[in-house]
Amino acid sequence: MEFLQALSEHAFLQHAVVASLLASSACGMVGTYVVVKRIGFLAGGIAHAVLGGMGAALFFGFSPMFGALATAIVAALALGLVKLHAREQEDILISAFWAAGMAVGILFISRTPGYQVDLMIYLFGNVLLVSKQQLLMMLILNIVLVVTIVLFYKQFTAIAFDEEFARLRGLPVTTLYLTLLCLTAVSIVLMIQVVGLILVIALLTLPAAISQQYMQTMKSMMGLAVLLGTVFCLLGLGVSYSLDFPSGATIILVTTLAYLASTTVRKLRA
Amino acid sequence: MASAPDYAVEITDLTFRYGELLVLDDVDLQVARKEFIGVVGPNAGGKSTLLKILLGLLRPGGGRVRVLGTAPSRARKKVGYVPQHPTFPRDFPITVGQTILMGRLGITKPFAGYAPDDIGIADQAMAETEIGHIATRRLNTLSGGQLQRVMLARALVSQPDLLLLDEPTSNVDARLESDIFDLLRELNNRMAIIVVSHDIGFISGYVERVACLNRTLVCHDTESIDGRTLHELYGPGVHMVAHNHP
Repeated sequence: MEFLQALSEHAFLQHAVVASLLASSACGMVGTYVVVKRIGFLAGGIAHAVLGGMGAALFFGFSPMFGALATAIVAALALGLVKLHAREQEDILISAFWAAGMAVGILFISRTPGYQVDLMIYLFGNVLLVSKQQLLMMLILNIVLVVTIVLFYKQFTAIAFDEEFARLRGLPVTTLYLTLLCLTAVSIVLMIQVVGLILVIALLTLPAAISQQYMQTMKSMMGLAVLLGTVFCLLGLGVSYSLDFPSGATIILVTTLAYLASTTVRKLRA
Repeated sequence: MASAPDYAVEITDLTFRYGELLVLDDVDLQVARKEFIGVVGPNAGGKSTLLKILLGLLRPGGGRVRVLGTAPSRARKKVGYVPQHPTFPRDFPITVGQTILMGRLGITKPFAGYAPDDIGIADQAMAETEIGHIATRRLNTLSGGQLQRVMLARALVSQPDLLLLDEPTSNVDARLESDIFDLLRELNNRMAIIVVSHDIGFISGYVERVACLNRTLVCHDTESIDGRTLHELYGPGVHMVAHNHP
């Protein structure tokens, strides 16, 4: 109740709620593909490599979000090509991207003149600090993401389900796969605002993984994942506000507990 | 308007190697537009490689391959394919009906969902393969035989002129094997069919010719398949067991 009262009074909390809703729709839709295509580790590599771009953007005086977006897309394409052409070294190369991206980011941030940046915000997020400008960019990215998925839903589903058959039907499998990774990159940038780049992988995968336990089709899985992501974000936000906890970490803990509870119930019923 | 080509498949002097290993050597084969032909041979004899070349997934090392009068990669949209094993995860969140609709990809409209026509064609394919009653079920709830019919229906919704099947009955019991081949015989009224099989005795009751492939290819009429043919194809120690089909 205290949270709801504060929500009606403070603009920063209203921004936080809108940011959570935008991040949840991205994590539900793209997270569903990440889960069924089993590319969670690859998505983790993209998320962590993003710090390199954020650090470079800060150093050169640009918005960190633009740096994050550019790096996320470059990392998505690079890791996608690794998966397609160097499968035997895939885990090593993803790990290398993962660590090197973070190292580059930390070096840039350490050399940024007049360094006032709180590294913790990028690593663990703080949805309470989202500005109107950032909200606008999140909205635009979300529209791009939703429109792309609606237009190419059946093609993305086909390559996630059966790549060989999709190729036989004449689909440009490599292009679609790399596009899907770029959408994953966009989602990661959206969610970094809410939970930070260290924790983003949990919000990307766990709502969709819970949804997969109950739903029969991709569309219903996406719908439930969006709903669950929204509930977890808002619940985590409310709890963090009431107990004065960091918002990103609280959201992830709520999400993880829900996943563990759901999985345990499913196992006990089986 | 160009007339339909005389042959569904025309292969001349086909050679293919995996590195140094010669897999197909000087293979010639012509399959008429409504022919039903079986391809048999030992493991690693080149059967799956031949199918992949016909599907345009592998490029021939030498020779000429035409499928439906054109290059294999261009003919894909009019070629149906049933793999030996499912190439998808059984626990994927998708129903039988949605799986079959995927056979319309490349033909249906490029954006958003499927057209009403696609759904009608998928319903027809499910009726033909007798799986209409399981359209809303998930794939991980199906038996091996039902799954095989789903893959066949998915191949049929592209309304192919050529149907390629790789060991389509390797995971089903004998009764279902007969049912599937009876269905293939009906489908043969409207398309050419090439079926890869190990069971030369069984398929010879259905197909018109048998292509024996062990790096090189020799075609036989089904009547002329005997113990000597098998010996030449597989080597010693293989016996022919005659099946009686009703």
